[in-house]
Amino acid sequence: MSNQENVENHSATSVGTEFENPGLPPHRERLTDTDPKAKRRASRTVIALFTVSILGTIGMLVAYFMVPPGESFEQTRTANFLLGLGLFFALMGIGTAAIHWAKTIMSDHEVIEERHELRSTDEERAQAVAALKEGADESGLEGVERRGVLKGAMVGALALFPLTIAVPLIGSVGSDWNVSKFRHTVWRKGVRLASDPSGRPIRAADVTIDSAFHVIPDPEGIPEDVRPGTHAWINEKAKAVVLMVRLNPEDLKEAEDRKGWSYEGIVAYSKICTHVGCPVALYEAQTHELLCPCHQSTFDMTDGAKVVFGPAKRPLPQLPITVDDEGYLIAQDDFNEPIGPSYWERLK
Amino acid sequence: MTTPTARVAAGAADYLDQRTGIGKGIKKIARKVFPDHWSFLLGEIALYSFIVLLLSGTFLTMFFVPSMGLTEYHGMPASMDGQVMSEAMASTLRLSFEVRGGLLMRQIHHWAALLFMASIVTHMMRVFFTGAFRKPREINWVVGFLLMILGLAAGFSGYSLPDDVLSGNGLRITDGVVKSIPVIGSYMSYLIFGGEFPGEDIIPRLFTIHILLVPGIILALIAVHLLLVMLHKHTQYPGGGRTDRNVVGYPLFPVYTAKAGGFFFIVFGVIALMAATMSINPVWNYGAYDPSPVSAGAQPDWYMLFLEGSLRLMPGQTEFVIGGFTLSLNILIPAVVIPGLLFTALALYPFIEAKVTGDHREHHVLDRPRNVPVRTGIGVALLTAFIILALAGSNDLIATHFSMSLNAITWVFRIMLFAGPVIAFYLTKHLCLALQRKDHELVLHGHESGTIYRHENGEFVEIHTPLDEQERWTLVSYNSPKPLEIDPLTDSRGVRRKGYRKDKFWQRVSKFFYEQRVEPVTPEELAKVHEEHGHHGDH
Repeated sequence: MSNQENVENHSATSVGTEFENPGLPPHRERLTDTDPKAKRRASRTVIALFTVSILGTIGMLVAYFMVPPGESFEQTRTANFLLGLGLFFALMGIGTAAIHWAKTIMSDHEVIEERHELRSTDEERAQAVAALKEGADESGLEGVERRGVLKGAMVGALALFPLTIAVPLIGSVGSDWNVSKFRHTVWRKGVRLASDPSGRPIRAADVTIDSAFHVIPDPEGIPEDVRPGTHAWINEKAKAVVLMVRLNPEDLKEAEDRKGWSYEGIVAYSKICTHVGCPVALYEAQTHELLCPCHQSTFDMTDGAKVVFGPAKRPLPQLPITVDDEGYLIAQDDFNEPIGPSYWERLK
Repeated sequence: MTTPTARVAAGAADYLDQRTGIGKGIKKIARKVFPDHWSFLLGEIALYSFIVLLLSGTFLTMFFVPSMGLTEYHGMPASMDGQVMSEAMASTLRLSFEVRGGLLMRQIHHWAALLFMASIVTHMMRVFFTGAFRKPREINWVVGFLLMILGLAAGFSGYSLPDDVLSGNGLRITDGVVKSIPVIGSYMSYLIFGGEFPGEDIIPRLFTIHILLVPGIILALIAVHLLLVMLHKHTQYPGGGRTDRNVVGYPLFPVYTAKAGGFFFIVFGVIALMAATMSINPVWNYGAYDPSPVSAGAQPDWYMLFLEGSLRLMPGQTEFVIGGFTLSLNILIPAVVIPGLLFTALALYPFIEAKVTGDHREHHVLDRPRNVPVRTGIGVALLTAFIILALAGSNDLIATHFSMSLNAITWVFRIMLFAGPVIAFYLTKHLCLALQRKDHELVLHGHESGTIYRHENGEFVEIHTPLDEQERWTLVSYNSPKPLEIDPLTDSRGVRRKGYRKDKFWQRVSKFFYEQRVEPVTPEELAKVHEEHGHHGDH
């Protein structure tokens, strides 16, 4: 055999080198095609299934009128269950009836449809190009003086006009765009540390070793327009929440410049994670570690809330505290750095 | 004999046709053929759960108040009675406890959303592993990909609406991620929240996105998706009588009208049963949003778990300060770069495969996954990465349920994220090749019959039953592309040509895809084997 013949054999399908497509497998009759009784049975099943649907709908309506959601969880759950069950039967009845009908009674002879290549014929393509060219010619640009300027003006106008919507939108969508608000919280010198959510100030004497306190600024000590009950309070609380623990002073490793920030082993740190901002709420008394339940960053409360594990990089910012004349814990000042997740200009 | 009904129908049809010419369309579409296979139902589930979402969602909008204004709530449950909370949360409670059927609709809506994403993902897997994205369907793959992304956006924006503790913390994480974006991060955060987190704007904004913008685009893209399916005609699995030039199946009317129409009711029915019996997102257990508490073991909806896991796995050491500016790679890499890479790879895959296959023909007969070992391997590797990330998103639950060290689990997942996909690729590819060799054997030697025959000379042989031509055709009718061949660097006169390095690169990728392959059995091979066996028998 010459090489030439080989190539031809290969390119021609189904000759010699490839198997031949055997065509559709023989059609197999269903029981309902051959046995009239089976067909009658099938149609009765379809009728029964549609009936189930009708009963389901009626059942749901009955449940709607008879079982109000009511006063207890139990009753709400019952109402929900009955309504849902009715709906389930109403829907499944229709679905199974239609499909049973299709599978047992409708013709199951497979049909072959030819495919055609999607691309247009060369002739059609030529016509399309001609149509576009004709249109372009009729746009009258040919021979107009300063054609480039006209085109430029058109493009410029179309490109600029979206600014009429975009500028007012972007101008207002970020309210005052004053992103330096991130840097400050409502903590000030002398603001008492209060329990979250009761708002009761905390005495240093009441803080026992290794119990974690969830702390907010004492509502009495902050401006009236940001107190609880206002929406501004939620924004401020989102930055100001603090987690406070009393540790054995011997366990505490404090940096030189922060020696005065704790009070008799009581330390207070921002509760907002330096990773992406979840409240770091889980205190493990045995290890003195604080765990963020969102992404498991772990902070060592004995050592400046440094990260010991997880995706956060920076320690939690520390709130410098002391006590006032009445023995209540108070802040010495605001946090000395922005709380919460990092952002580009954080250190600027 | 015409019945009165038929006369009315004919009249209506005539009226419509004279004004729309609808007859031409019906003539084309009514008997359009669709092939039958269970895996073709996955996309249908996605479509139907979307319809369920529209229906139940419209119901919910009648009662939900998309406002962060504060109000004092009165009503069920007792633990919430008298609390000050946002209108959004209060109306969510009211529509759950006071509106009859409201809780059912809320649960239907949430379950349908989970099913919507699950069916999109499994439908994509079907399309990927069978090569249904090949020419001419590359564009439709991209449309489907966009639908998946929009599904994520719809899910996320909806999940955040009730303004409970879980959704609020989800938004807080979003805020943290957005702030990590270099240069514009803080401004992006202001843009989203209308000022500082949480502000008073985010829920009305998400509401518009959730009920208008995203579903509008989804609806438009679904129309494009289905239009292209009609235009291309559906793909079919290999089998007797099926070719790239035809489509074998049942006509739209009546068979698929009944089957697909019926299937809508079944999907809806199953969702209704789930909503009736399985509680989902009981926001009253978490409470209204408060920036301070957070519940341990909180999970986002399953399709967001991979992002959550990605954030959890990244070690924090990768945050840097450069020239006084903070670059949070510990957030950017897991939240932007890793999903970006996974999604880009997914979106571009059809174009990459077309390039390395060098094939410009239309394909309408699907591949059996084993016949394209490297594609199948890549698909399983991507899935493995996705699953490892999703599991990492539940590392705290794994730790508490199995009493294991959270840190150890996290480290295992960190390593698995890199090793897992490579191992999965290697195993899958070789499993596919092994299956192909098994098919090869089967075609040549037939099925074992279990009948042992003893020759006069004492030799035992097992009788093999040859395959019937239908089964054989299924096993041999596939393409086994060879690696690309490229023109040499220099032509016959020794002149270097342009673009050689690029060609060489693609050839290398092509070799990675197609170097190892099992060619389909040819009739000659089969004839040869039969001949040998014949001789053998004679002895």
